[in-house]
Amino acid sequence: MTELPLSTTRKMGLVIDLDTCVGCHACVISCKGWNTENYGAPLSDQDPYGSDPSGTFLNRVHSFEVQPPACVAQPAPAAQLVHFPKSCLHCEDAPCVTVCPTGASYKRVEDGIVLVNESDCIGCGLCAWSCPYGARELDLAAGVMKKCTLCVDRIYNDNLPEEDRIPSCVRTCPSGARHFGDLGDPESDVSKLVAEREGFDLMPEMGTKPVNKYLPPRPKDQIEDQIDILAPLLAPVAEQGDGFLGWLDKALDKLPGGAN
Amino acid sequence: MHPAPSVILFTTLSGFGFGLLFFLGLGLPDVSGVVAFVFFAIAYALAVGGLLASTFHLGHPERAMKAFSQWRTSWLSREGCCAVAALLVMGLYAIGPVFLDTVWPVIGLIGAGLSLATVFTTSMIYTQLKTIPRWNMPLTPALFLGYALAGGALLAGQETLATALLIIAGAIQLAYWAKGDQAFAASGTSLGTATGLGDRGTVRAFEPPHTGTNYLLREFVHVVGRKHSQKLRIIGFALGFALPLLLLVLPFDGLVLKHIMALVAVLSHLAGVACTRWLFFAEAEHVVGLYYGKR
Repeated sequence: MTELPLSTTRKMGLVIDLDTCVGCHACVISCKGWNTENYGAPLSDQDPYGSDPSGTFLNRVHSFEVQPPACVAQPAPAAQLVHFPKSCLHCEDAPCVTVCPTGASYKRVEDGIVLVNESDCIGCGLCAWSCPYGARELDLAAGVMKKCTLCVDRIYNDNLPEEDRIPSCVRTCPSGARHFGDLGDPESDVSKLVAEREGFDLMPEMGTKPVNKYLPPRPKDQIEDQIDILAPLLAPVAEQGDGFLGWLDKALDKLPGGAN
Repeated sequence: MHPAPSVILFTTLSGFGFGLLFFLGLGLPDVSGVVAFVFFAIAYALAVGGLLASTFHLGHPERAMKAFSQWRTSWLSREGCCAVAALLVMGLYAIGPVFLDTVWPVIGLIGAGLSLATVFTTSMIYTQLKTIPRWNMPLTPALFLGYALAGGALLAGQETLATALLIIAGAIQLAYWAKGDQAFAASGTSLGTATGLGDRGTVRAFEPPHTGTNYLLREFVHVVGRKHSQKLRIIGFALGFALPLLLLVLPFDGLVLKHIMALVAVLSHLAGVACTRWLFFAEAEHVVGLYYGKR
């Protein structure tokens, strides 16, 4: 049934650090690479080498510009560029599950992962309509709904070396901006990270209670103060050269054409 | 939202069909034999035709039977169950007036109730979506029920009822537009809450995740045609309500002329409903568009 479980044993999910993400899209590619050849129907592309390419992805990286308001301390604050990976947030109160007419969408009791049983999916698209995050995409070739599985076929896979038993995007991220763990356990590393860095929910007003958390970017426009601290050390020691370079400087000045 | 022709056709036609079934279930008009058969045939053609049209946008229509299973949580599933129940009960009821020249009022009442419930469940599919603020308000079910009742009364030839219901449905439509235009802003969702970065400054979509389009943009971000929405509102309202009302109120001499004018009123209303239904989808803005700097 598409009734949501009252509670789940664990709340497996991702913590995405907006401070660390460099926007390289490696997680996008590794996600597509793993998921197109493992769980469920492949992630198809339409017109991939033509003039109007598009395709199914479970993870996409947006880039946003944040312009802080001017204040007395910062009369002309610098805008900050924030790279923003977005995939299924495996919501506790997932609207995509309850709207499903066939029972294809479900939330697992054991780990809270939201999955689609593709053999039951009629491809009506209503779950994608109900998701505020754009986490679900209907695959045009397979006619079924695709979404992040939290790499359910990796994290419990005994055939993989232990270090690979994490979602593909987390394993791939070169800057360590993605973390995977049990967000239902306050003692887990990810929960401590969220508490320490004041991780937040996306669109909390939607009432979806997302499991995935985002860590805020640190303000970067304070860096000018640090430069001022170092500036005395970096100032030129001698304005007028002496020795060979001093002679060369004077000799060149005397040549026709003047000095700059 | 992308105004898919199959969904517009479905909601328009099935709304009409179940609206007519509602009045037939109440014994309006009081007809029997061949005339009753024609009325029921029109109602079934509209309702079933609409339901069939709705399967055209499915990725796997052959699995449509599975959609009857999740009525406990899903409005789409409830709609399917209600529609089938209404069609079965009204089919049973139709045997009376068409073949036996009798009416079974209890079965008719149940069928009428189920017909109206079908329209209500259809409207709740849209109303439940918090992601589309323009739909997520109590006026949406009122709008669908108003349209179905007005259209049903018009098709059933109930002149007095149709006049009153057209005025009510028209008023609901105007209120829906007025309130719907404020809905996105009133929902409190912005790119600031979508990214969680809103308290740091003004957030702007700087670079999309991909250079081309994708399923989300095709399905949820429909900007083509929105620029004509004011004109289309006027056209839809004129065809759907003003002209049919005028034709109902104006006195015509002669039965033939009266029937021709009734037909014109029905066709005009149908065209108007299709137009406003197109707007219902085309004007609806999904919050996911915010991530792309679009609405």
